[in-house]
Amino acid sequence: MSEAIKYPGACRPDRQRTVDSHGLAIAVHEWGDEAAPPVLMAHGGFDFAGTFDVFAPMLADAGFRIVSWDHRGHGDSQHAALYNWEADLRDAVSVFDSVTFDAVPVIGHSKGGSLMLQLADALPHRVSHLINLDGLPSRRSLPDVSDHQRTKLMAKELTSWLDHRRRLVDAQRKPGTIAELAERRARMNPRLSPEWLRYLVTIGAREDEDGWRWKIDPTLRFGGFGPWRPEWSMMRLPDIGVPVLAVLGTAPDPMGWETPEADVLSHLPPAGRLVMLDGVGHFVHIEHPRAVADLVLEHVA
Amino acid sequence: MIPVFLQHNKVQLALHELRAGEGFPLLHLHGLAERTPEAVPSHLAGWAGPVWGLDLSGHGASDVAVGAGYFCEALMGDVDIAIAHLGPVALYGRGLGAYVGLLASGGRAEEVRGTILADGPGLAGGGPSPASPAVPTAVGAAPPGGTPDPWALYELTRDVRPPDYAATFARQASTRSGLDTAIAVVGVNRPPWLEGVIAEPGVIECSLDEALRLFSGGPL
Repeated sequence: MSEAIKYPGACRPDRQRTVDSHGLAIAVHEWGDEAAPPVLMAHGGFDFAGTFDVFAPMLADAGFRIVSWDHRGHGDSQHAALYNWEADLRDAVSVFDSVTFDAVPVIGHSKGGSLMLQLADALPHRVSHLINLDGLPSRRSLPDVSDHQRTKLMAKELTSWLDHRRRLVDAQRKPGTIAELAERRARMNPRLSPEWLRYLVTIGAREDEDGWRWKIDPTLRFGGFGPWRPEWSMMRLPDIGVPVLAVLGTAPDPMGWETPEADVLSHLPPAGRLVMLDGVGHFVHIEHPRAVADLVLEHVA
Repeated sequence: MIPVFLQHNKVQLALHELRAGEGFPLLHLHGLAERTPEAVPSHLAGWAGPVWGLDLSGHGASDVAVGAGYFCEALMGDVDIAIAHLGPVALYGRGLGAYVGLLASGGRAEEVRGTILADGPGLAGGGPSPASPAVPTAVGAAPPGGTPDPWALYELTRDVRPPDYAATFARQASTRSGLDTAIAVVGVNRPPWLEGVIAEPGVIECSLDEALRLFSGGPL
């Protein structure tokens, strides 16, 4: 086995367990004193709870029990036959139920931010504060292409997706060295340091005889199509009755939404605050963990 | 008759041969909470060629998806797995099966040689835009045998079906199939997604008998 790679400030969770969510095993990770007030934290798509290994300990050191989980098919959680938004929400509630039925602060990054926004809208009695880290997709203008061109692009996407589904039986992710997996991830996370990405490989991937493989279910892939529209997430924001903190990075990033400030401000509820971090990408809590942790601690104080 | 079992990711699908024969196959897609009928329904008896039926995920003799997560695009993948086994087919979909058939007609336009959209359970889905959010943690008990999966019934009655999104699949079917008429609407009900489909070129409204005659010719 390869030696563990360390990263400055990164701490693995103090406790790990699994929760049964309607037949699926969801991996739960906790930092901090088990008796401390809980804070629930949801990662983004194609991430895993280990991406909080620097950020979560900062909040735990301030006196909180940080509870995160790997979404189904991600990290150490079980691979599912199917994935949809509603199922992710149910998995989140299963984790919440394993911690407390009281209202607690909730943090979500990217997809996790949108999930927690919907959870706060659906179950306001479970959320005391909502912190959204670059997870507010908004309507963006589509590329200026003709209907003919759009039809061709859609055809390519549909065929590719269906071909992918036909090949899924016993599919595995491509093996590689730690450096190779880090390089692959860097294509979607170009602003994150190679040292951090190599550290993530040792948590989010497993070492097989022929190399390392990301643990994420090979069923899942970037892009795709569907009826969902980004503005359907933003439209939840005005409903929220608890204090909301939204933190957005302004620097372009492949996985970011480039949500305009004005779009958030127009949807922000009365108890809401927006912080724009200039020159910071989509992973605000990884690029500037101390600054974002301080914003969170101020918000929940 | 013992169905043919096909694997779609972690779900085993049951594909039933309802009637053998020569000619071009018709693939029957049931409605929500239904399953493939035991025999060729009398209203489809006029189809000239063989008739097959697919139990969609969470239905009939197909597997339940553990942990649920049902969505119609995945069911389109179910249909595509059946097409990979059967080759080019025409589709007849009831209710949920009609919407899934529409998706498959656009997704595999070169291999779907006509799609008939009929009334049936689950035709409307969750409507054209999201409902108020809800996170149920329990649904009713599954029946003996496990299907239809109660979670499938819940999720597939809340899936959003915008008319313009549905229309893009009709457009794919029309532009890529090479058929003058790719989709025939034979039902009475017109949920918003179906109105969007009907407005597209290459989609007609007609009787079931007319649709069966139109598509039974097989590959061009």
